[in-house]
Amino acid sequence: MIEKLVVFLPLIGAIIAGVIVFMPSDDKEKQHQRDTLAQIITCAGLVLSAVFAIAVFSDVALGGNPKTIELLTWIDSGSFKISWALKVDTLTAVMMIVVTVVSAMVHIYSIGYMHHDGCIPRFMSYLSLFTFFMLMLITGDNLIQIFFGWEGVGLASYLLIGFWYEKPSANAAAIKAFVVNRVGDFGFALGIFAVYMLFDTIHLDTIFAAVGDKKDATMMIFGGEFHALTVICLFLFIGAMGKSAQLGLHTWLPDAMEGPTPVSALIHAATMVTAGVFLVARMSPLFEYSDTALMVVTIVGGSTAIFAATVACVQNDIKRVIAYSTCSQLGYMFFACGVSAYSAGVFHLMTHGFFKALLFLGAGSVIHAMSDEQDMRRMGGIWKLIPVTYALMWIGNLALAGVGIPGTAIGFAGFFSKDVIIEAAYGAHTGVGMYAFWMGIAAAFLTAFYSWRLLIMTFHGTPRADERTMAHVHESPKIMIIPLLVLATGAIFAGLVGYESFVGHNASEFWGNAILVLKGHDALENAHHVPVWVKIAPIAVGFAGIAMAYWFYLLAPGIPAKIAGRFQGIYQFLLNKWYFDELYDRIFVRPAFALGRALWKVGDGMLIDGVGPDGLSSAVRVISRRASALQTGYLYHYAFAMLIGVVVLVTWYILAHAG
Amino acid sequence: MNEIPLLSLLTFLPLIGAGMILFLARGSEADIARNSRWGAIWTSGITFLVSIPLWFKFDQSSAKFQFVEKLEWMPQFGISYHMGVDGISLLFVMLTTLLTPICILASWDSIKDRVKEFMISFLILETFMIGMFCALDLFVFYIFFEAVLIPMFIIIGVWGGPRRVYAAFKLFLYTLLGSVLMLVAMMAMYFDAGTTDMVQLMDHSFPVSMQPWLWLAFFASFAVKVPMWPVHTWLPDAHVEAPTAGSVILAGVLLKFGGYGFLRFSLPMFPDATIQFATLIFTLSIIAVIYTSLVALAQTDMKKLIAYSSIAHMGFVTAGTFTLTTQGIEGAIYQMLSHGVVSAALFLIVGVVYDRIHSREISDYGGLVYRMPAYSLVFMLFMLASVGLPGTGGFVGEILVLVGLFQVSPWLAAFAATGVILGAAYMLYLYRRIIFGQLTKENLMKIKDLNAREWSIFAPLIVLTLWMGIYPSSFLDFMHVSVDNLINQVETALAAHGQSLLAGR
Repeated sequence: MIEKLVVFLPLIGAIIAGVIVFMPSDDKEKQHQRDTLAQIITCAGLVLSAVFAIAVFSDVALGGNPKTIELLTWIDSGSFKISWALKVDTLTAVMMIVVTVVSAMVHIYSIGYMHHDGCIPRFMSYLSLFTFFMLMLITGDNLIQIFFGWEGVGLASYLLIGFWYEKPSANAAAIKAFVVNRVGDFGFALGIFAVYMLFDTIHLDTIFAAVGDKKDATMMIFGGEFHALTVICLFLFIGAMGKSAQLGLHTWLPDAMEGPTPVSALIHAATMVTAGVFLVARMSPLFEYSDTALMVVTIVGGSTAIFAATVACVQNDIKRVIAYSTCSQLGYMFFACGVSAYSAGVFHLMTHGFFKALLFLGAGSVIHAMSDEQDMRRMGGIWKLIPVTYALMWIGNLALAGVGIPGTAIGFAGFFSKDVIIEAAYGAHTGVGMYAFWMGIAAAFLTAFYSWRLLIMTFHGTPRADERTMAHVHESPKIMIIPLLVLATGAIFAGLVGYESFVGHNASEFWGNAILVLKGHDALENAHHVPVWVKIAPIAVGFAGIAMAYWFYLLAPGIPAKIAGRFQGIYQFLLNKWYFDELYDRIFVRPAFALGRALWKVGDGMLIDGVGPDGLSSAVRVISRRASALQTGYLYHYAFAMLIGVVVLVTWYILAHAG
Repeated sequence: MNEIPLLSLLTFLPLIGAGMILFLARGSEADIARNSRWGAIWTSGITFLVSIPLWFKFDQSSAKFQFVEKLEWMPQFGISYHMGVDGISLLFVMLTTLLTPICILASWDSIKDRVKEFMISFLILETFMIGMFCALDLFVFYIFFEAVLIPMFIIIGVWGGPRRVYAAFKLFLYTLLGSVLMLVAMMAMYFDAGTTDMVQLMDHSFPVSMQPWLWLAFFASFAVKVPMWPVHTWLPDAHVEAPTAGSVILAGVLLKFGGYGFLRFSLPMFPDATIQFATLIFTLSIIAVIYTSLVALAQTDMKKLIAYSSIAHMGFVTAGTFTLTTQGIEGAIYQMLSHGVVSAALFLIVGVVYDRIHSREISDYGGLVYRMPAYSLVFMLFMLASVGLPGTGGFVGEILVLVGLFQVSPWLAAFAATGVILGAAYMLYLYRRIIFGQLTKENLMKIKDLNAREWSIFAPLIVLTLWMGIYPSSFLDFMHVSVDNLINQVETALAAHGQSLLAGR
């Protein structure tokens, strides 16, 4: 019962707030009451949901009591049978905590952050709706329900990115997010079909039970015969790449920052973008049997980690820096999964959820204080004015950079989770594992660098904003600070508290059947026995990065400009995000529109219509004028004969060449 | 079997209503208009109510035709008046009876001239449509199938836009070409089987050498109706010029004639040819999906855009049908039903703003959300259903068709699925240009949101779209046995010639 409450309370909140949207009032006082009502209902729904989620967690994960609750038949066609159901095991329970707690905090924070906005009930409704879809995603007991949540969160993301629909850039970003995600979903869908073809079911437990028998099965696909599970896993991974903004399908995430900041914190940092990692972990019983797929996951993850980190170093928009940072951290989670350390990936997902939400909301607090300024070049010198936000941003960055003392239990959340990933990559003892390891180390250096670059540019140095803005700088209200404190608590302690259960020696008891790791894939176990230098390396490069940021941006602020001038090519390359957007625009977007117009005007207009009906009728006119003796009925016969001829010809052609 | 001849009653009720309007609507012009409107809404409303028992009394566990009526008509030729529905046709009958009153409501204010004639045409159209789905005799089927064209032709040609005559003739020309071939094929079938009874024809096995010709003749007719690429160009013109109600019924019901025809004739009667030509269908369907989606991306006219999206969606239907898998066929039927609801709703959506602004140009709009929040919400829902978002009716059909296609060939599924990506692009782009952005256009400043009549039009469609997405079993359960039976028919016929199907799942 409480599982249902966790999932459906946000939906109820969303519907009620949605109804309030359609009862606007011209009276300011009354409108304010309605806004407040919508806020109270959605926040109460989420807080309750979070409380119940903790109860579910202690029952399912700590009590070792996974369960599946059937709700309703959904689609039933031949052996393609699925139900609406809530599957709750340890993996789901962990996700539930992250989703509901972060979402509840974001809901409360939004009361303060959005109080100037004219559409408060709509915003609250969207947030709750998103949470519902996300919960449906993580509780899916079959691939289609996961797909339902998957597309649903995509919709909510679209709505929230485009929340300020008067801005053309917001609309464009919203569409981009949806369409790029659809490209990923295309892979996901093909993966589902391939699963169905191989297993004759898409019910997760049945698939997992049968996977051992099918481990060597092959599948005829795209003109060749391939290892079936590899095909499936690669398709599913394309879906995961889209949702989790991995290299190639990442272009929507930075643009998604057009949405209000609480949205960025909830959807584009803590929850939705981690759905891809969740999917890979959820499907671990399949991925485990495909070394090729795991290798691809590792390479993509490692490459994204470094790619996004390089771009983050030169961005000037505070939110975009954090967005690229998210992209990079997701890369870490993926290569953890790729070396079969799924639990480490999920562990980082959890800690990252807390500190990244904290960073985004903290950035929101800065933006709020700076009268909606997001460009760090027009900030600086405000740390004394907003000390609490400043301190919280420090905590977030310390957690992100993974600061802690190796060999002890002292450290911020990211210290535990990121280090175990890097160690696991080393511990995999494979070529791709080493690739990921070195990428991870390099990215850790850059992470620390851009994090402190952000801190220094935002808070220190001489104020670069105009006087009016500076006069207006103020600490955020309590309603915004309290959620930040909760998240900060998570950012400090989540790693320490979770380490033993998530990735410790007895982690397999905690995870139960939720994650499968085959014998021989013992990167995680090896992670506990890596050489000392591997344990020290991440933190050492981290401190180096911090030091470099201080040197570049506080002690010798002329250096970055000099370097940028000296290496103009590289700088522009990074600043323009490796030119992915331009590339895609050239090869996909513009050709699609051009092709559409050509097919319309030339294909439909000139060829089909020109030769078909229009040509026919003008021919009729011309011929009947010239040879009026000829009966028009005759022409129709001629036309029929022609049509038959065309059909026969086309058919013969296709059969002869394709059949 | 039944005391009341329910199907005949359904079929001819609208005709009776039309007759009553014709003879009874008297008085001043305003009186005639008012009486015709009320007469039409009552008639179509009652027809819908009469169709409800079909839903409840239908035996889902039987593949046999039900509510059967059979009267000797021209016994010397073996022609009888034979009506009946199975799990495939039943839901189309319901779709027709549901959409007709909605169309009449949608025309309430927007049709101002010759209201009486319009309403009469529409009710006659309903008779023909229901008759077509219920007919179980070739001769009866042919009459209804072709007769539908006449009121449709009139509706576009009389109440249409500026290029209505061109559009009407284009529609006529295209359809006529196919019809004649179909008629010839029907005669050939009659001479071979000695009967025009469709139930008997399904059991009759036509010589393998004859099947391709019969199949192609029917294909010529159905392909135009669907419409399949490259005989689709009549549709955008017809939609653009047709009045809103005409577009709604055209997209909602008339396009389903082709898909229904394939299921009723091509598959069970010419199974060998069906296998033989499946590749042709797949090729044309995939071209349709990708080609028309790209074309839709480039449109500047709202109705044309939705018309092209219809062609793409119908590409899924034809592809799914010829997979000859349970999922493919059930998905195709489901896709037709949900498209019937969703595309109908989208044309109504366009109609709402067209009635107010009298423009279909996308660039004449923008920022409507400020003045029309309810409209924006309703539009959003149907836009998402058209895109195939899970939880809406559009998803179920699409995913089932893709599952079926993947079993035949992953290539097919992959190509078809690109249509899903493009679908998202053109629909979201359309929505953005109309609804979002700033409200700057002078004539949009005072535009009014949905009124009560418009809500009553959309409410049933909204409920249906969500219902079809969340609990599709209500509809799928009607199909299972009939679809299995259909696949069995094909299999048996093939087995007779030593061929076999893909393992039907």
